[in-house]
Amino acid sequence: MTPQRLVLPLLGAVTLALFAASLLLGPAGAPAGRSLAALLTGDNPALALVMREIRLPRALLGLGIGAALGLAGAALQGYLRNPLAEPGLLGVSAAAALGAVLAFYTGLAALLPLALPLMALGGAFAATLLVVGLAGVAGGALTLILAGVAVSSLAGALTSLVLNLSPNPFAASEIMFWLLGSLADRSWMHVALAGPFILAGMGLLLLLARDLEALTLGEDAARSLGIPLGRTRALALGGTAAAVGAGVAVAGAIGFVGLVVPHLLRPVVGHSPSRLLPAAALGGASFLLAADVAARLIAPERDLKLGVLTALVGAPFFLRLVWTTRRRLA
Amino acid sequence: MRRIVAILTAAFLAGSMPGPAGTMAAADAAGSGGGAEPPSANAGTGADRRPARVVSTNLCTDLLALLLAEPGQLVSVSHVVHDPVASPLHQMAGAIPENHGAAEEIHLLAPDLVLAGEWDDPVPLAMLESLGIRVERFAIERDFDDARANIRRVAALLGVPERGEAAVAELDAGLADEAPPWHERPVAVVLGAGSWTSGAGTLTDAVLAAAGFRNLAAERGISGMGRLSLEELLLAQPDLIIVGDTYGTPALAEERLRHPAARGLGRTRRVAMPDNLWTCGTPLLAEAVAMLRAEARALATERANLAGRGGR
Repeated sequence: MTPQRLVLPLLGAVTLALFAASLLLGPAGAPAGRSLAALLTGDNPALALVMREIRLPRALLGLGIGAALGLAGAALQGYLRNPLAEPGLLGVSAAAALGAVLAFYTGLAALLPLALPLMALGGAFAATLLVVGLAGVAGGALTLILAGVAVSSLAGALTSLVLNLSPNPFAASEIMFWLLGSLADRSWMHVALAGPFILAGMGLLLLLARDLEALTLGEDAARSLGIPLGRTRALALGGTAAAVGAGVAVAGAIGFVGLVVPHLLRPVVGHSPSRLLPAAALGGASFLLAADVAARLIAPERDLKLGVLTALVGAPFFLRLVWTTRRRLA
Repeated sequence: MRRIVAILTAAFLAGSMPGPAGTMAAADAAGSGGGAEPPSANAGTGADRRPARVVSTNLCTDLLALLLAEPGQLVSVSHVVHDPVASPLHQMAGAIPENHGAAEEIHLLAPDLVLAGEWDDPVPLAMLESLGIRVERFAIERDFDDARANIRRVAALLGVPERGEAAVAELDAGLADEAPPWHERPVAVVLGAGSWTSGAGTLTDAVLAAAGFRNLAAERGISGMGRLSLEELLLAQPDLIIVGDTYGTPALAEERLRHPAARGLGRTRRVAMPDNLWTCGTPLLAEAVAMLRAEARALATERANLAGRGGR
């Protein structure tokens, strides 16, 4: 087997190991064997409840949201042919958080639970349309990032405003959750609300493989190869909005996963967009699961936000990226 | 001229507000330290040297001043005391105007005494002192002795020491009644929004002990305010969970006990109580102890019934 063939099985194994770590580590501090036995057989009812109702949904959300973010980053970078494209930087995550905040704090989500992911999806979709419409494929790296910064700042400001104006004084301190993200105390309800949209969105993005491969030759070449670019655009934007929006709705906006993971894996898969897509999904899942495990190991009682940990790894990486691409950006 | 500049600066600097109630303040106190500035020109001139215009900027001093001051003596209270969830005396505070701890609004009230918490924003308070207004700062109470000391100090500052003694006597009378008889003390935990709980060295801990409970948070090594995860709660299976009042409007912090896993606490008795009774060191602590003792008796009956049925 060539090294490139090994990439996906290896990433799969890493993801599986981190998923297991996410299941087995927690404040309850029960030994791994007993925890697994409780998870599978249900003896020791209290521990079984911890494993099945607290740890399992948390680990599944880490897996799904991480995969969605990694995949969306790879798809956007391929579609826009822009190394800086990423749901966080383009304002998609922040706008999704705004939609979710509006649904939750107005009480709409209490009446109609589906409003939470749907409004987040709406926010994400509006932001993608706006940013890509304004600066999109022809606009070049700089205009795209500028539009993303504007949408991101506006959505973040509006989120803070809504939370500050909430009649519940605790809402203001929850700005952190929505802008930085966390998986603490998520339940099966959140898996049920976000899961279907994440899977559907990821399905749409995975359909892009052939289109992205053709787009590396440029738009004209892709069109001459028979790629319907309207469909490509719909898949990229719709898939991103669904996968990222649903994740943000239940875990807040987690940055940098979609930026870092594709760049780390691109050389490994040989710079091929179609091979990058599944690898970035697995890599994103690993990255987020690792961040969530780290949050629990570093300061279990502080509920460290995931965005803090992903930014600690992501920001230096981002700076390096700026350094290497600054000639092209200038 | 300097005065105007100072007021403008204060208004600029004091834009921000102290956080929701005093309930989240946690860190260790470093002594009370009252800035004993000379009283301003409009201080009480009569034979009794009672301050005539008192402003309070902190929930805990609000409550003590409401309970102890002469009618009309308290001219403004913090806005938190009007919050029905955070404040046990919101009805009593009634029409007394609220302030937000900003130097400009307080200076305009022309107070001769300002009562503040030691964790209140220090900038506007220092500004007021530099304008010649007496500011007294109060440490957070950690046990009944702290509560007694703060009650007496507020009463002395208001010029009504006898009321302070009466309030302390009221508190002590409430505490003196016997706790329910236990061969083994039940385990309780107080859960606030966002999984915050009170461990050792808090008024909550003192109130639980006085009512005959062990405090799960303290036994888990939490000192001051801290958090207990749902996981730990499920595995510890305490006898009683006390949830505070909630605001009724959505916040993630208040969703915690609606987590589906919380049904695993079936054996645990869960009660909602006004946790604002033990936020501050006031005579209301006696009321909290009485309510918790009633819970302890109910719990004992419940357990006795269960044991009776199980035995058969």
